[in-house]
Amino acid sequence: MEKSKTLEKIVGKFSEAVIDLHSQLGYDTVIIAKSALLEVARFLKQDPELQYNYLMDLTAVDYWKRTPRFEMVYHFLSLKNKYRVRVKVPVGGAEPEVDSLTSLWPAANWYEREVYDMFGIKFKGHPDLRRILMYPEFEGHPLRKDYPIQKRQPRVGPK
Amino acid sequence: MFLNIGPAHPAMHGVIQIHAELDGEIVRKADIEIGYLHRAFEKHCETGTYSQCFPYTDRLNYASPLINNFGFAAAVEKLMGLEIPERCNYIRIIMSEISRITDHLTCIGASAMELGAFSVFLYAIKAREWLYELIESVTGARLTVSYARIGGVKADLPEGFEERCQATLQKTREVLKEVDQLLTRNRIFYDRMCGVGIISADDAVDYGITGPFLRSTGIEYDVRKAFPYFLYERFAFDIPIGEHGDNYDRYLVRMEEMYQSIRIIEQALDTIPQGPTNVDSEGNVIDPDLMADLGKFGKTSGLLKNEVLIQPTLQGSEKRYHDRVRAKSKEAWLPPKEQVYSNIEALMNHFKIVMLGHGIRPPKGEAYVAVEGANGELGFYIVSDGTDRPWRVRCHPPCFPIMAALGKILVGDQVADIVPTFGSVNMIAGELDR
Repeated sequence: MEKSKTLEKIVGKFSEAVIDLHSQLGYDTVIIAKSALLEVARFLKQDPELQYNYLMDLTAVDYWKRTPRFEMVYHFLSLKNKYRVRVKVPVGGAEPEVDSLTSLWPAANWYEREVYDMFGIKFKGHPDLRRILMYPEFEGHPLRKDYPIQKRQPRVGPK
Repeated sequence: MFLNIGPAHPAMHGVIQIHAELDGEIVRKADIEIGYLHRAFEKHCETGTYSQCFPYTDRLNYASPLINNFGFAAAVEKLMGLEIPERCNYIRIIMSEISRITDHLTCIGASAMELGAFSVFLYAIKAREWLYELIESVTGARLTVSYARIGGVKADLPEGFEERCQATLQKTREVLKEVDQLLTRNRIFYDRMCGVGIISADDAVDYGITGPFLRSTGIEYDVRKAFPYFLYERFAFDIPIGEHGDNYDRYLVRMEEMYQSIRIIEQALDTIPQGPTNVDSEGNVIDPDLMADLGKFGKTSGLLKNEVLIQPTLQGSEKRYHDRVRAKSKEAWLPPKEQVYSNIEALMNHFKIVMLGHGIRPPKGEAYVAVEGANGELGFYIVSDGTDRPWRVRCHPPCFPIMAALGKILVGDQVADIVPTFGSVNMIAGELDR
């Protein structure tokens, strides 16, 4: 398989952190270790050739019963090259935590709050990590696969 | 002073709350509270089949539901590698652009109304009504359309659509001209909009903002041009960009985008292909599934010739239109309706596609597909585990990053400026809170 320039560069620079990569359905995807996330993101943003200046989307997927359980999914876009790349980071453990990208993109602020709200993944270095769509008294994280869809909770307002 | 604005305030079209810290009339800090319309869209999508997600997507951006429909369908099609027919692509483009006009009309009309220009709102809504009638004649509904299907659309365009569409566009153009005359050089409107709610290009990129809001700052990014989907690369249209990134530029960008949408629709209507018409109810051309039927059960060929009248709501999904609007793929192929009504094989085929536990099964994998929604890039990220239900559906709503930046945009402006700035965001709570 021929690798795109982005994948080649990431593999060249972070060969130890790269777990896997593929270009399924024409979308470059790289799976990296949690510890290298901030560095890879900074590299993608600041590399003069790549210039991934957009953090287009940030979300998580709960692969229940798999270890590590969660996977953070970042979609970057380079306006200059009109090219997209997807970076995935497996996160696990009882208290899942990854580095926050708020220092690089202010856009990460609300996205990460949403992921925290829906999945309970914490972000190291996030300035204002609180629930965004649900109310503060809500218990549990609704997009986790072990949160039953029929579960009801009392709607309580701020005290 | 600390002031709570919203969630139920007449000038807030949409339920959000702004905690504003004021110094006299000047906003010093604004904290935006969202989530009042959270309906667990993503969670619900995981519990139903792929086709059952469409009604939920109608309710994301309810000012332009067709674009959401097509975006979700495009993501699943990407996952399955489906090729959709050319005519279907054209239909999707036409309907998307009509939706874009209705969305922008709503936004401009509502913002103008909030600044006191109530007649503009009435004019805009009048034009939107004509377009809604057009949408209704195609989809059967005005708002909860659910018109897209995986691998196509529900039905072909109705008879006489092209003429009616041309006439409506002509009338819409006149309304746009009226709106333009009423607003663009209106002293009050200009003073309230110009130089208010400014965002720099760098900030807009850092916040991940797309759509008219980004283009008003002078950055030319439009998914239709940058990553052409459906068949947008065939059409000539311009991307209007602003300069200052203020409310007035956003208004101008939206106005011009509507003209460009009309341009796209007119080109599409002129060149829309009629598509393969190799199938008629007489069965002159035999397609693969019919051939299999004939081989196994010779008697069914007689049944096929029975004239079956289908319900008015299903018009356009008969066999003679079927090949134009549906992908020829066994995995996602819903048989034509008169066959479902008249022979058992087609009925079984239909049930195999729609029944829980059977259904459409994209292969394992993931896909992110973006379309240009009315507010910006509308992305769908779908993870499939190979079953008939999506493992994860993520919708990237275009107004989410704008709302994230709103707290910063409002700072330094006056309290009264919150209203036009918030209006120009065109926040749609349905897609913001999902």
